[in-house]
Amino acid sequence: MDPSINPALLRGMTQARTRRDAFRIAGLSAAGLALAACGVQGKKAAPPKADAVKEFWAKQTKHGRVVFANWPEYMPENQAPLKKFQQATGISYEYKEVIQENAEFFGKADPVLRAGQSLGFDIVVMTNGVQLQHMIDLGYVTALDHSQMPNFLANVGDKYKDRAYDPGNVYTMPYTSGVTGIAYNTKYVKDEPKSIEALFDPKYKGRVGMMSDAQEIANFGMFALGLDPEKSTEADWQKAGAKLKAQRDAGIVRKYYDQSYIDAVSKGDVWISMAWSGDVFQRQLAGEPVKFVVPEEGGTIWTDNMLIPKNAANPLDALMLMDYLYQPAVAAELDEFIQYVTPVPAVQDLLRENAAKATGEAKKSLEDMVDSPLMFPSEADYAKLRTYTKLNTKQEQVFNPIFQSITQA
Amino acid sequence: MRRLTPYLLALPSWMWLGIFLVVPMAAMASVSLQTGNAIDGFAMTFSFSNYTDALGRYSPQLLRSLLYGGLATGAMLVIGYPVAYWIAFKGGARKSMYLFLLLLPFFVSFVLRTISWGFLLADDGVLFGPLKSWGVLPAGFHVLATTFAVVGGLTYNFLPFMILPIYVALERVDPRVIEAAYDLYASRTAAFRRVVLPLSLPGVFAGVLMTFVPATADPVNAQILGGTSNTMIGNIIQTQYLTNLDYPTASALSFTLMAVLLVGIFIYAKALGTENVLEAAAR
Repeated sequence: MDPSINPALLRGMTQARTRRDAFRIAGLSAAGLALAACGVQGKKAAPPKADAVKEFWAKQTKHGRVVFANWPEYMPENQAPLKKFQQATGISYEYKEVIQENAEFFGKADPVLRAGQSLGFDIVVMTNGVQLQHMIDLGYVTALDHSQMPNFLANVGDKYKDRAYDPGNVYTMPYTSGVTGIAYNTKYVKDEPKSIEALFDPKYKGRVGMMSDAQEIANFGMFALGLDPEKSTEADWQKAGAKLKAQRDAGIVRKYYDQSYIDAVSKGDVWISMAWSGDVFQRQLAGEPVKFVVPEEGGTIWTDNMLIPKNAANPLDALMLMDYLYQPAVAAELDEFIQYVTPVPAVQDLLRENAAKATGEAKKSLEDMVDSPLMFPSEADYAKLRTYTKLNTKQEQVFNPIFQSITQA
Repeated sequence: MRRLTPYLLALPSWMWLGIFLVVPMAAMASVSLQTGNAIDGFAMTFSFSNYTDALGRYSPQLLRSLLYGGLATGAMLVIGYPVAYWIAFKGGARKSMYLFLLLLPFFVSFVLRTISWGFLLADDGVLFGPLKSWGVLPAGFHVLATTFAVVGGLTYNFLPFMILPIYVALERVDPRVIEAAYDLYASRTAAFRRVVLPLSLPGVFAGVLMTFVPATADPVNAQILGGTSNTMIGNIIQTQYLTNLDYPTASALSFTLMAVLLVGIFIYAKALGTENVLEAAAR
């Protein structure tokens, strides 16, 4: 319709505004102004100065309580290490298994920390990767006081004192490490897959599980092409993306999994899948037909780290608990349950001693642990392992779409 | 004072709407036009290209979501209407028990129920394992990681929201009206088509509304039951928001989804004749 003869429009243009209209217009403009005004503030933080850190810790006192947020299956069910800590120090603890995924955890924590509030946790555990990097860059992590972590400094392996994502342990202490490799269901896959090419083999069409996490899957694409993720460039990501896309388009991949891959591979929905070492080891001990290999082209080593988030209520108690866990006996007790790679090398000897004392079933499983390259990798094993690609914000905006366009088509 | 009383009484609900609907929506509208990143911050640049970029990249997932939502809603209607009809007219004294049975599974969390379907339908699980070993099904047969699984999951998860409104509408149909139809020599089909069905349309309208919208936006079923090409728009929004911290794209996609659904609903309402439907519903 010609707007010039639209009666409603004519009336609107010509008639005087009523008071209600005036309110309406005022409201609209206010909303418009509010819209224009509310940006989301950046919080990029400079690295802390040594004096400031010292000053911060000098002010802290013991509060007698600590809240520890961790991943599921990362603490024996009887919580013995924590109970002993409570007896030794008189600090009561609350242990919460609330972290299931780094991205999700960070997505929920970010607005809280951005607003300057406390998460309600004194210790949280996060994997080295984009989200941990964000936490550090945004100033969400309390710098540690090295004068108050004697057990850590005395007992932790050298590798864990110099990690690329947190050189010199300014912010984090490693809780445990693990390897991303290949799991296979022994019922369906008879000969052990040695190469990463098994994941691209048309023989397993529709029976291959890949991970949906961009960094995890990117690494495997790069391993398959003989590229080192730590030194990779945008061109490498594109090549890895093309390789993974071809794998998907050929119908080889059944699904891009999160943590649920382990059920799929032990039930036989997929026969061969990208996998995390400790998961597979736990299932194996439970008698399920799954095995884990590190492909000869390489696997990914990652580390879960303890840190004290900004605005935590009880930082000193948190630091005491974190340091306590690095006593070899405590670390051994933890690792016996977790079955990933412990950052405390002395644990292997302790477990060997325990195995010598134990009998029957317990002896067997302790011996398995001591000999397992998944819990105590040799130097040769370490040589095959790579970490994630380190990304800045700009690179992330290129990296993520390349791999998410494959996992979320 | 007296004249103000009704307004004062309504104040809490207005505040509720204001705080929990208007403010978040305005904030989301604002974020959807900003550019930047989570580390350096986002600034308002009135970047309408956020919308075109997001649509350009994710229109396949958006269209797929509408398709899945539509298919699931259709399936729910086909399954749900007869169930509602049967309970309303043939349920007799046990009506409330049937309704209770219908709702019983929904006392368990939505996500848990969906994961349980994953267990039941596993390739060699409790259901297909034996069928395969007896040779009834070929070894390669699978339901999980297919479109059928996702649409099936949506249908299952939202079914009660289709059945209940239809049941309520049918329940209110005066039996004397149907009797009158027979008295006027209507056949059973004609009585249903010209009397019962039109009277139940408000229920159908409400049912479709309450199922199509959440089914289209749902990320859970695609994630748990889907395969490599079943990603829905809800999954994309979740990834953009939580993993990529790309709040503008996530907001732009949410608004686009909302707009598409609203337009769809208006067209649907027009086609069914909203006036009649709303009048009947308000009766």
